[in-house]
Parts: sequence; structure tokens; C-alpha cells
Amino acid sequence: MLRINKLNAKIDSKEILRNFSLNINPGEVHAIMGPNGSGKSTLSNILSGKKGYEVSGEVLFEEKDLFELETEERAHKGIFLAFQYPLEIPGVNTNIFLKTSLNAVRKARGEKELDAIEFLKLVKEKSKELKFDEEKLNRQLNVGFSGGEKKKNEILQMSLLAPKLSILDETDSGLDIDALRIVADGVNTLRDNKNSFLIITHYQRLLDYIKPDFVHVLMDGKIIKSGGAELALELEKKGYENFN
Amino acid sequence: MDNRQKEIDSLKDYKYGFTTDIENTRAPKGLNEDVIRFISNIKKEPQWMLDFRLKAFERFKQLKEPDWQKPKYPKIDYQDLYYYSAPKSMKDKPKNLDDLDPKLLETYKKLGIPLQEQKRLNGIAVDAVFDSVSVATTFREELTKQGIIFCPISEAIQNHPELVKRYLGSVIPVTDHFFATLNSAVFTDGSFAYIPEGVRCPMELSTYFRINASNTGQFERTLIVADKGSYVSYLEGCTAPMRDENQLHAANVELVALDDAEIKYSTVQNWYPGDKDGKGGIYNFVTKRGLCKGKNSKISWTQVETGSAITWKYPSCILKGDNSVGEFYSIAITNNHQKADTGTKMIHLGKNTKSKIISKGISAGCSDMTYRGLVDISSKATNSNNYTQCDSLLMGNKCGAHTVPYIKNKNSESNIAHEATTSKISEEQLHYCQQRGLSAEEAVGLIVNGFCKEVLQQLPMEFAVEAQKLVGISLEGSVG
Repeated sequence: MLRINKLNAKIDSKEILRNFSLNINPGEVHAIMGPNGSGKSTLSNILSGKKGYEVSGEVLFEEKDLFELETEERAHKGIFLAFQYPLEIPGVNTNIFLKTSLNAVRKARGEKELDAIEFLKLVKEKSKELKFDEEKLNRQLNVGFSGGEKKKNEILQMSLLAPKLSILDETDSGLDIDALRIVADGVNTLRDNKNSFLIITHYQRLLDYIKPDFVHVLMDGKIIKSGGAELALELEKKGYENFN
Repeated sequence: MDNRQKEIDSLKDYKYGFTTDIENTRAPKGLNEDVIRFISNIKKEPQWMLDFRLKAFERFKQLKEPDWQKPKYPKIDYQDLYYYSAPKSMKDKPKNLDDLDPKLLETYKKLGIPLQEQKRLNGIAVDAVFDSVSVATTFREELTKQGIIFCPISEAIQNHPELVKRYLGSVIPVTDHFFATLNSAVFTDGSFAYIPEGVRCPMELSTYFRINASNTGQFERTLIVADKGSYVSYLEGCTAPMRDENQLHAANVELVALDDAEIKYSTVQNWYPGDKDGKGGIYNFVTKRGLCKGKNSKISWTQVETGSAITWKYPSCILKGDNSVGEFYSIAITNNHQKADTGTKMIHLGKNTKSKIISKGISAGCSDMTYRGLVDISSKATNSNNYTQCDSLLMGNKCGAHTVPYIKNKNSESNIAHEATTSKISEEQLHYCQQRGLSAEEAVGLIVNGFCKEVLQQLPMEFAVEAQKLVGISLEGSVG
């Protein structure tokens, strides 16, 4: 599904990713762990299409060159990024944002757009599953939401848009145990033999709830070690400093 | 390509920029007493109207053009303009639409304002002003049945001299200020509306202003009088051809609300804004003022200002009657090299008077936007209050936004509240929306419409949708 081959990325001529390679097949859950500044967020930014990076190397999503696609086209094709810091958009009603987003994606995929009633039914259902406070749907997008509510809102959007590849960028940071479990449930519900996940995190904690197929350790813009779920435990025990 | 996209593409270039090729009758070039007499004469005006004009002209000669505004412009040569231009076919006033020049009918059809009986906009009476004359007014008979007068002001001067004499210049005196006084001297046409006591006007009244002739100034004059306990909602729209020269539009609009009357005045201003490099476009220097003359009266201004090279106007309310209410809701958008200096004045004279100002300014490209407003509570206006909210939204880093509120409170029992915010559409917000499947343009549209929502809600429904689209279109090309 996703093939990253020798990706190099620079910002303001500072090298962040070096010769980064990764393969994700349909149905797989990959976790990337690494200390601050190792290049985790740069990876999610580049995959989502954020501008401002100088890149070389190859990234293929379902055999298509990702760099040929605009940010929104990547979203239409099924790439979803749960942001580390979800943006606040004053004046824009959450429900309207979710509906506009969902219909833009559905339209691009050749699916029927939902009318107000169909949408509300769906969003209420999903909110209930994720224990997302429905009252928030009528508020301005992420304005005045707590950290946990913002992250749950990301997972709500993920579950609405039904992406093929979901990238969770430190979705677990700042979450209490209950919220963590809800986020994990959201992921596990979507998990099947077709949908893939890339989970970026500092801690092993989230991986107690979402069992990854592969764990990769990222240091200085490179994967220094890959393994199964047990690698995360080892990492947690040793810390990044003493790892190698 | 879906319809919405097609529509946007067709509007990318200013779609009202066409010119109607039509033979004109013009006043001789320049500004002098003879030209004023020419205008008055061609409109067969009574002596009192000519006297009004000449008095204004005497005053005008003593006035200096103001220069305190933020947007500067090259000196206007007032002797190098035509002050009257009208299609030749309008000389002997056509009795009905069948006699109207087909070119004029076609023009309004192209502008989306069909004048023909069978195609008229539902529930909206339209007065269509083309350069210096009104070419048609729809639904007049229906309105007459309720005693409502809605006609070109040039006709009102003939047919309803008592009303015009009483109210014309009562809100904007002939000696007011440079542009208003110029208008009083040379105004050509505009609309007149009178709503009799206790009548709620059953449809929207509207005027569609079109500038067509080149090298010509448009000096519209509109007067709306709402008698005791009446209500009217009025809307004006404006467009002009694309030209390299700047054209002057200096209108005067006067509103008078008597006891318990309410006037709601909405503007969707889409004059030609000039090209991407700032060449051409309309100078929209307009004086709009409403007088809440009677007790419990209310005047509400709503404006969506997207066009013009320079917009310079302050639709204002004089709250003279006790318990009267003034409101000002504004969206002003500048893109490319457009400039705007706009806001309002709320003058509280009566007791228990209330005013509310909601201003939303959006600047993009290399444009510059100033909100300028005055709230003046006089010593007699006990227990009065004002609430002002000024929000600015910036797109990119080459544009400017300024807020200049003047506040005078001479009554210790009255209060004024002012809130202001400035925000910017960030790259991060756009990226976030795009990651959720919206294009950059859609994302900007969503954010901007959210920002303007409070004002858009004030517009009559039929126009709110149009205005919402216009807001998006005005910002075309400002992202990415």
C-alpha cells in the first residue's frame, strides 16, 4: 500500500530524514517510535502533503507517486493524518466542517454525497461509539476543546472518512487512560485486512491497546531497528539513550 | 466538471465587465452652473429643485476635497468628467417595457436582473438605474395598491414634490461635505421609496445601479421614508464594466424612519475592482446616512463590499428619537490592490438609544483595509449603549488591516463596549482542511464564510446565498 524508498527530507537546508525506507502492506499496523527531533512529525507532514520540505527519494501509495498528488487528492485516495496538534478554526461549526470534509471525500471517490439528515445520523452514531460529546459538534471547530476532545475529534473524523492508511501522529500524548482506550477502540474498529495504520509515538503505552505488527525505531532520521511488538517493550525498558 | 466549479470558473474574471454599446445623450463635459441647469432642465425639474442644486454648487466651490482617509488616489479633475449620460432612447420616457430599448433589456438580463413581467424576480421590486437615468421599475402597481411609492427619484420630484421637498437634504444637508455636496449639485437618478403609516412593505425593494458610459461619474441619490409604524427592507446592487480608467461613483443615500418605523438597508457592492495590478476600477465615495427621527424607530445597515478600487463610506445612524436603534453589519473584502476605508457613525441623541456595530474586514493580496467608526453619545442620551465588534482577517503577508475607532461618551449613564480581533488564515489551517479533502479554495471559502456568518445572516435570504458566493469569488487566487 505504502512504499517509501530512500526518502531524504530537508527543511531550511537542515537534514531531517535520511535514506528512510518503509513498506506498509494492506491490513498492517506499524508503529514508529523515536525521541524528540528524530524526524517522526516530519514523516507524517511529508506523507500528508505539507509544503516547505525539500524532498528526494520515492514514495508510492498504491503504486502512485505521492509527490504528484495535492494534499486533498491524497485525502481523497484514502490517506488520513490524525494531527499531533489539531487546528482550531474559529467561526467554522464542527458539524459543517465534518460534513463538508466527508462530502468532498465521498464525491472524489464517486460516492453519493450525504444530505443533512443522513450525515447527522452517521455522525451521531460515530460520536456515541467514541464517547465524543455531541454538544461539541455544534461548537466552532476545536475552539475551546480540551486536549483530549481534540484528539477524539481526530479519531471521529478518521472513522467518518474511512481511510485506507491512517497516520496517527502522537495521538496518545496528553490523553488520560480512558481517552487512550477510546482512541484505541476507534483504531481497532477500523482495523481489518485492508486498512493500514502508521502509529507514531514516544511511548509504549498506546501499543498496549493497539497491538502493532511491526515496530520501528527512528533515530536521527533513520530507522535503526525494526521488529515485532516486543521491540516496543524492550525500548521502554532501556530508553532511547541506551538503545542500539 | 460539476456545476459549482463551472460557475466559479465563469466568474473568475469579473463577469459584469461587459459594456453595452448604446447611443448616449450627454451633458457638456465639465462642472459649472450651465451643466447643473442642463441636468435640471433635461429632467424637467421645478424651480425649487434647481435652487437646491445651485445652493449646493455655491457651497461646493468653497469646499476642499478631504484627504484624511487612508487610501490615497491621484487627483480627480472634476472638469474632465461628464456629469450626465443617458441612453438616447430614454429621452422620451418609454411608457412600458415594450418600448424600452432591447439593448437595455438585454443588459439587465445579462446581469441576472430580468425586467420583463413574466421573468421578474419573485417578491422583489427592482428599480434599474443605468448611468444617469432609471430605465425601469417593476411591481409598481402592486405596491401602489398599499399606498407604497417606489419610483425613480426624478419622477418623485415631479409627482410627489411635497414628500421630496420635506425630506431631501434633511439627513444629508446640501452643505454637508465635499462629495455629498457635489452629489446634491449634480445628482441624476436613484430611487425614492415612501412607506405609508402602518404599512409593512410586502416585498423587498431594490435598486440595481449600473455604470456603463466611460469618463462619466455616477451620482445616484436615494431617499427612503418610512412613516409611522411602517417597515421596509431595501437592497441595492451595483456593477460596472472593466475599464483602465478610474470612475467616480459619489452617491447620497438618505433614510428617514418616523415613530415605530423600521428600515433595513442592505448593499451588495460589486463595482469593478480594477485588474490584478490595480489598474482601473471604481472610486466608490458614498455618503449614506439614516435618521431615526421618531421614537422607537430602527435603522439597520448591512453591507457586503467586495468591489471597487477604493471604497470610502460610513453608513451612519442619527438616533434622534428616544428608544431608537441603529445597527451596522459589514463585510468588506479587499484583494489584489483594492483599498477600503469604511465603517459607520452612530450618533446617539435621544434617550435609551442603542446601537450595534459588527464589522468584518478581510484583506488579501496587496490590499489595504481600514475600519473607521465613530460612536458619539451626547449628554442628553441617557441610558444609551453601543456595542462594537471589529474583526479583521488577513490572508498572506502583503496586505494590511487597520482599526480606527473614535469614541465620545458625554453621558455618564450610558456605555460603550468595543471588541476587536485580528487573525490570519494560517498555512496550518489550510493544510488541516486540505488533509480532510477540501481544496485550498474550498477551505478559504469555509473559513471566510464562518468568519462572516454573523453579517451574512442579516441579509435577505435570496441575497445571502449570492453574497456568500461573491465572498468566495472575491478571494479567488488569493491562496496557493
